[in-house]
Amino acid sequence: MAAFLQVAGLHAAYGPTRVLHGIDFAMDEGTITTLLGANGAGKTTTLRALCGMVKTQGEVKFAGERIDGKATESIVRKGIAHVPDGRGTFVDLTTEENLRLGAYTRKDRDAVETDLQRVYGYFPRLKERREQQAGTLSGGEQQMLAVSRALMLRPRLMLLDEPSFGLAPLIVQELFAILRAVNEKEQVSMLVVEQNAAMALDLADHAYLIETGRVVLSGTSGEIKQNDAVRRSYLGY
Amino acid sequence: MDAFLHQVLAGLATGGIYASLALALVMIYQATHLVNFAQGEMAMFATYFAWSLINAGMPYWPAFLLTVAFAFVLGVVIERVIIRPVENAPVLAVVVVFIALLVILNSVTGWIFTYTIKPFPSPFPPEPIFGKYITSHDGGAIGVTLVVLLLLYLFFRYTPLGLAMRAAAQNPDSARLVGIRVGWMLALGWGLAAAIGGVAGMMVAPIVYLDPNMMGGVLLYAFAAALVGGIDNPAGAVFGGFLVGVLENVLGAFVIGNELKLAVALVLIIGVLVVRPSGFFGKVLVTRV
Repeated sequence: MAAFLQVAGLHAAYGPTRVLHGIDFAMDEGTITTLLGANGAGKTTTLRALCGMVKTQGEVKFAGERIDGKATESIVRKGIAHVPDGRGTFVDLTTEENLRLGAYTRKDRDAVETDLQRVYGYFPRLKERREQQAGTLSGGEQQMLAVSRALMLRPRLMLLDEPSFGLAPLIVQELFAILRAVNEKEQVSMLVVEQNAAMALDLADHAYLIETGRVVLSGTSGEIKQNDAVRRSYLGY
Repeated sequence: MDAFLHQVLAGLATGGIYASLALALVMIYQATHLVNFAQGEMAMFATYFAWSLINAGMPYWPAFLLTVAFAFVLGVVIERVIIRPVENAPVLAVVVVFIALLVILNSVTGWIFTYTIKPFPSPFPPEPIFGKYITSHDGGAIGVTLVVLLLLYLFFRYTPLGLAMRAAAQNPDSARLVGIRVGWMLALGWGLAAAIGGVAGMMVAPIVYLDPNMMGGVLLYAFAAALVGGIDNPAGAVFGGFLVGVLENVLGAFVIGNELKLAVALVLIIGVLVVRPSGFFGKVLVTRV
């Protein structure tokens, strides 16, 4: 059986600067995979490449279909939601308008209303601030908003770029618990890029280690946690 | 006092027209951060289209609606065919394209319809129907402007498509990530702006008469209006439009005379740029370094 997401020989560059030198990885439906690596290794670029935000070479198959070279908005319509680096808030719009935009491509109006209440259930803070201009939310609240906006798509696959960025430790735990719940209850697959390697490995089923634009190590989260090099460089013990 | 009131009301009528065109400028500006210098000529071209329809015997209001639709399509086509290829070009290149568009539309219109000044009908009766201080056309033009503004407000505020257009103008990357086809939203924005311009053209033509250069002055006032209100603020542009219209009329009638009216717009533009570059309601742009 072909993998849910299959990436083969993925190259990407910003102008003359090549960032990815042939990334290969795969993930199964319903699982959580994390990409680990130092700053500048190409984790964010990998996520951006998957949804067509940078020019790429190589093959990306999602649910058996080639999506490399397609426009970002077409890839999103296949059910891939990206929580981008920098949160991507629509700062002049209200919190609720931001969330409704997440469901822009959906036609099932009633289910969208249900989902809106569902994400308000996950993040009551956003409900309190539903009429507030999203640019005035705190960094942490905007991060919750970014995750919620992605959930509003009812995605099959979520790409999460540093979901813990700028959040207080307690909120991070809460957020990761919510992600786990979404994954288990709704079978949403997730590809997570995270600075906090320990948390990412706790969340994920599989992990890939990226160094200077190449995958250098892969395995289940348990195996990766046991790896001496990873432990020293990324887990710090 | 009567004369003053009359001038203020007439100013509100032309002000509404400036407001519409200023709004068209702001819409394009929000999406592209550029001022479309050809906005006035696009409106003028649409007005000639209306004139042709009416001349061919079509009643005014059907011709009006058909012209709005024509202007919308014209705007979409211009964006797709002319603006899209220079999307990522340097600012100056795009400005040159805008100016070229201005010149081309102007000369093509002159070539098709000649430069002879033509009268353009008003849909409102010649006898006063809104009282003695305001002509029917002025009153009607204010009404039409307010309807256009209300429709736009409702569209942007309450429809999913309006929301998507605002999102695409504000944050194109994020808009793509929620599946919005940003390119089409830009084209729609051009279409809407051109349609608003078309309405403005048809409302101003009975006052200034129809000729290929009729929108030159109007565009200048609209630009002043947009700057006064803040070039990134739609509500500000509308306020600026009415303000410029009244100022122009009152100053022209009582202070500086009709010959210097256009100077009011220039003084306003320079004054705003010097004293308060972001306009009365514009956002002060602060860049973190």
